[in-house]
Amino acid sequence: MSGAALEHHLGPAPIYNDAVVKKFVIAAIFWAIVAFLVGVWIATELAWPAANLGLSWINFGRLRPVHTSAAIFAFGGSALFGTSFFVVQRTCRARLWGGEALANFVFWGYQFFIVMAALSYVMGFSQSKEYAEPEWHIDLWLTVVWVCYLLIFVGTLIKRQEPHIYVANWFYLAFIVTVAMLHIVNNLAMPISPYAAKSYSVYAGVQDALVQWWYGHNAVGFFLTAGFLGMMYYFIPKAAGRPVYSYRLSIVHFWTLIFLYIWAGPHHLHWTALPDWTQTLGMAFSIMLWMPSWGGMINGIMTLSGAWDKLRTDPGLRFSVTAVGFYGMSTFEGPVMSVRDVNALSHYTDWTIGHVHSGALGWVAFIVFGALYYLVPVLWHRQRLYSTKLVAWHYWIATLGIVLYIVSMWVAGIMQGLMWRAYDQYGFLQYSFVESVVAVHPFYVIRLLGGVFFLTGGLIMVYNFYRTITSPTTELPQAIPLVPVTSPAGALGVPGE
Amino acid sequence: MIKHQFFEKNAIFLLVGTLLTVAIGGIVEIVPLFTIETTVEHVQGMRPYTPLEMAGRDIYVREGCYLCHSQQIRALRDEVERYGHYSIAAESMYDHPFQWGSKRIGPDLARVGGKYSNDWQYAHLKNPQELVPESLMPHYAFLADTPLRLDDIERRMRTLRAVGVPYSDEDVAQAAADIAAQTNPAADTTDLLKRYPKAVGVAAQDGRPSEMDALVAYLQMLGTLVNFADTNTERLQQ
Repeated sequence: MSGAALEHHLGPAPIYNDAVVKKFVIAAIFWAIVAFLVGVWIATELAWPAANLGLSWINFGRLRPVHTSAAIFAFGGSALFGTSFFVVQRTCRARLWGGEALANFVFWGYQFFIVMAALSYVMGFSQSKEYAEPEWHIDLWLTVVWVCYLLIFVGTLIKRQEPHIYVANWFYLAFIVTVAMLHIVNNLAMPISPYAAKSYSVYAGVQDALVQWWYGHNAVGFFLTAGFLGMMYYFIPKAAGRPVYSYRLSIVHFWTLIFLYIWAGPHHLHWTALPDWTQTLGMAFSIMLWMPSWGGMINGIMTLSGAWDKLRTDPGLRFSVTAVGFYGMSTFEGPVMSVRDVNALSHYTDWTIGHVHSGALGWVAFIVFGALYYLVPVLWHRQRLYSTKLVAWHYWIATLGIVLYIVSMWVAGIMQGLMWRAYDQYGFLQYSFVESVVAVHPFYVIRLLGGVFFLTGGLIMVYNFYRTITSPTTELPQAIPLVPVTSPAGALGVPGE
Repeated sequence: MIKHQFFEKNAIFLLVGTLLTVAIGGIVEIVPLFTIETTVEHVQGMRPYTPLEMAGRDIYVREGCYLCHSQQIRALRDEVERYGHYSIAAESMYDHPFQWGSKRIGPDLARVGGKYSNDWQYAHLKNPQELVPESLMPHYAFLADTPLRLDDIERRMRTLRAVGVPYSDEDVAQAAADIAAQTNPAADTTDLLKRYPKAVGVAAQDGRPSEMDALVAYLQMLGTLVNFADTNTERLQQ
């Protein structure tokens, strides 16, 4: 269909706010490198503690939150903001609600939050709640930015030109709304003074522990899963040129996933002073969660039906599909580890660290890489990527890095768990704690190597994007119009452009 | 059955529907922990932290010690043999926030109090590898060189009282004297120990408490408050 005929059919194509999407894409790429680099550094500190250098501000205890926040909130967050703004505009055929200024405020406000949080950790300010370390004033700032984000997103949904809200947007919306709820409830704290950064959580002990892991597990469930599922539901059908495999499955996937996920937090607290009934509920719901997770995986992977050949020619799509594979693996491993008797072995060990990274590197980072390889040529109006060969190099180096990482952590973690509970022939504990520290050293070195591989892949990606944006070889030929061809979007079918 | 179009065609219904769906699990799991009385057991011996221990705990939080050390002994045979009686909820009832941790790069610290001498703790914090060559722990010598901040101790105690820690007016008023008593081995600690039994004294250099003094005082009381010989498992049923 020609552009003119479509305009007649659907009215003029709206001009989208892609400037803010570009900013978030650049931020995501920048923070990816920072997150990987800090990860490599703290992995070095664990392999050779002399790397702490005796400096308070780069001690493992202060840098570890920098790594997790940079990976989750800076890299993952920027990618989610950017892609959600891209996707919601195209699937609603509407420009972002609230205008340029509000979108730019959300961008700069969020970047300011990231920098403030990272600085505060190295300077010695922390609430000590994992993935919620920033102190109260930074939390308040984030709340303001987040509410603006919600307003832009919902405002754009409301003024949409399409009858249906596309499935990717359900997941993005659930991510935004739920993270707001989690953030506010978990961070309720009393500052020691309006002028001091220090505060004390309003919750104590066992209640604080459950509120924190209700937050912590759903930071995984909604920040690192629901948001990125939104990405999956747009970019995989786009890159494959196929509609989502099953509309019905996406409905079941969405509602069961968000309902069940929120219950799973107590599996972080098995065998502790948390009452047994709460632990049992957490375990039961974690196992049930396996079903919607795999429903989503099937929906993502089967979208390639009839387009599997694209995996050979489009390495960007290969990232997205491998990501869904890792998603399936992590969401199988998670329920297994939530079983109380497995958890007795795995908890407090490096198995958990391996599990987290098969999700964070394999699922989150790979689905982002897939989306970025699709987005950069589109946003910068380039004909194609500078080099698909470099994408393939990135893919294989990063995949090898993940394999080194998770396998070394599986071995280290299970070994720790077994050594801690081993008894000798006289019925005494067989190993002192420090013997387990010595035993895992080689695996900490392998883990570091895996991280270096992953970082190397990231740097290849940065180079490829730089050349894509600047190289004359990727320029669009003049004959092709710059206005994108529009196609009808809806909850069904290939999402619109 | 309602048609899914109900949500799919209206952003506000979708938003409200989502919010209700995600609210249920948290409400069912979290609210009862505040209302069921046996969630936190009634045991003898629990008391708020002394001002010095509280300051030390704030340093423990600041330095991210919880990232490598748990403070939660699970009810498993090997853990109880390695670390002592399993942790009970009452033992962290005054912990804002909790410090149970999630990873053991180093050993659990829930009952580290009294396991080592003060001298060992100081030497170990300054250079862990000197005492445990295989240790992965960073050096914390800078804590010994950093004077403990004393000007906001009362404010911290009042804030903790506002969130539920039962510090009395006397406790707050006596904060400076309590710190002086706990950091000076020659001081009279009768009043301190009456209000805070089992507090462990440390020796500040030149009468000027450092951050390390506070941290050691905190570590030395961890897990020592509840006398488990005095209680029985029935009392610990949640």
